[in-house]
Amino acid sequence: MKILVPVKRVVDYNVKVRVKSDGTGVDLANVKMSMNPFDEIAVEEAIRLKEKGIATEIVVVSIGVQQSQETLRTALAMGADRAILVVTDVTTESLTVAKILAKVAAEEQPGLIILGKQAIDDDANQTGQMLAALLGWPQGTFASAVVPNGDRVAVTREVDGGLETVDLKLPAVVTTDLRLNEPRYASLPNIMKAKSKPLASKTPADYGVDPTPRLTITKVVEPAKRSAGTKVKTVDELIEKLKNAGAIA
Amino acid sequence: MDNDVFDQFIEQLQRYVRERLIPAEKAIIEADAIPDDILAEMRDMGLFGLTMPEEYGGAGMNIAQYVRTIRELSYAMPCYRSITSINIGMVCSALKRGGTDAQKAEWLPRLAAGEIASFGLTEPGSGSDSAAMQTSAVKSGNGWVLNGTKRYITNAPFANVALIMARTNKEALPKNAHVSAFIVPMDTPGITVGKSDKKMGQAGSHIADIIMEDVKLPADALLGAEGGGFVMAMQSLDNGRLSVGAAAAGYARRALDSALRYANERKAFGEPIANFQLIQQMLAESEIEIYAAECMLEDACRRADAGENVLRKAAAAKVFATEMCGRVVDRVVQIYGGAGYLAEYDAERFFRDARIYRIYEGTTQILQLQIAKHMLREWAAQA
Ligand SMILES: Cc1cc2nc3c(=O)[nH]c(=O)nc-3n(C[C@H](O)[C@H](O)[C@H](O)COP(=O)(O)OP(=O)(O)OC[C@H]3O[C@@H](n4cnc5c(N)ncnc54)[C@H](O)[C@@H]3O)c2cc1C
Repeated sequence: MKILVPVKRVVDYNVKVRVKSDGTGVDLANVKMSMNPFDEIAVEEAIRLKEKGIATEIVVVSIGVQQSQETLRTALAMGADRAILVVTDVTTESLTVAKILAKVAAEEQPGLIILGKQAIDDDANQTGQMLAALLGWPQGTFASAVVPNGDRVAVTREVDGGLETVDLKLPAVVTTDLRLNEPRYASLPNIMKAKSKPLASKTPADYGVDPTPRLTITKVVEPAKRSAGTKVKTVDELIEKLKNAGAIA
Repeated sequence: MDNDVFDQFIEQLQRYVRERLIPAEKAIIEADAIPDDILAEMRDMGLFGLTMPEEYGGAGMNIAQYVRTIRELSYAMPCYRSITSINIGMVCSALKRGGTDAQKAEWLPRLAAGEIASFGLTEPGSGSDSAAMQTSAVKSGNGWVLNGTKRYITNAPFANVALIMARTNKEALPKNAHVSAFIVPMDTPGITVGKSDKKMGQAGSHIADIIMEDVKLPADALLGAEGGGFVMAMQSLDNGRLSVGAAAAGYARRALDSALRYANERKAFGEPIANFQLIQQMLAESEIEIYAAECMLEDACRRADAGENVLRKAAAAKVFATEMCGRVVDRVVQIYGGAGYLAEYDAERFFRDARIYRIYEGTTQILQLQIAKHMLREWAAQA
């Protein structure tokens, strides 16, 4: 089975982002960029399925600026087999990405697409769902376990009420949650080997998709500063305070 | 190694250091040992093969890349460098210089895969004056018989192989040609390893005596020419000195980052101590000195990679970086105040761990002498 893993280049999770003074977005100049952590988990899961002999080939794909190549190289160094870069300089919106991925999937015919449940830059949490809808494939989102079995896959999902397992028919779309696995580091020998793995360069036009954004950002602001909390000694005091604050009647 | 590959590796290493190696430090201090799973990971990461040529299963880093890697690795506690650095530093460098094809083919892949190495020069009666060593290697039939004791040998308790310096001539010869180098598998009969010495710092790293009693070695245990051991050891120590300099620079950076965090969190007189100018002076002085050490290391490495003899510059970078690290960890204890004296906080162990850097692989004094000797010789030649 072939597995397709989309990965996104995002601001590194350790970076404290700042809003640009003109409020048009966050400042990305000289900011460290990395693979979206949820996508790392997706790559790791695909590699584990390959190590178990369930997957035969892992194709990673990224849609974004030219430098997303570095993100793909990291995925190749972790253990993916080949990469596709769809180059575009415009801000990628979930639906654009989902449309391109649907076309890539039509071409590649993977048995499984594993992607991050969200990217930590805009936290939209919708690309996987949109992709499943466009393809008409079943989806298992927020996965904490992925167990393929013949032409089906059991996906354990982290939902508000606890855990839920769905049994999907392949091909299917799975989105990863944090506890699915702990991604490996790319080792030096594998980074060296990854250099000779194939990386195809494409454009949205190759897939017949117009990447022009459909949304406009009107303003970006810092979250409001939270004021310090107060400690209460008893439940009575808590209720009293909540009443005074008008939080409860 | 190509720079883009190297950059990608450094990025992974920085994460590995911060997410895995540093969180494991507390457990290492308690057990005085690196856990097996971390050691296995370090092998998988390729950390034992940085400098071995690619055809021998290594990564083929040049000196600048190797030394930069050591600097990044040394942001974590020093035992991680100790366990790898004898392989990728001294022993690999000696094998590359003096090894026959057969010796390289036998040892470089094993070392790159993570067998652990020791380097035996120091003895109970000779340290700085290492050429005065007493360990003897005597020809016997086709091979050699070694007798003697090596002291303070890093990794001795778990080494698979040691590069041992021994005298092949009773008399002290010019250019120390009485010393030869031998590759000694540690399971050779006649070798015993003493108890791990108790040390001031560097938990998880171990040193011990290697005692050799009638250790019989085949002819091909000799590395390089008979009588060529000392020169080879000293050349390997050039790299080793850059590595110790890098260890000191990396650890100074770690200590300073920790002080920076503490200075922002700790309040006195109603404000963070980072607001006080005398604290700021200590932070700034440390930053300036670390930067200077990094520049010296980079320059010396670039020259070494270009084929220049860097004896003087490697010694200078080692002395400056290690003395600098001593000053930085001292300031860091000061910034921590009373907490800096307590084992519960990191500052105290930074202080203890850093102390050895000014002593091994050439004490500050010995290297100062070497630098001056070199300067005076050059002056005399020009006069
Ligand atoms: C943790 C640790 C790990 C080590 N690992 C290894 C290892 O793996 N392999 C190995 O071979 N050795 C190792 N050593 C030994 C180390 O290299 C020596 O301790 C060091 O070279 C100093 O030698 P010494 O201890 O005999 O000191 P000495 O030579 O006795 O020096 C004592 C003092 O005298 C000074 N001095 C000596 N001669 C002069 C002079 N001519 N002029 C001015 N001052 C002088 C020195 O600078 C020093 O301050 C290790 C030591 C330690 C503590």
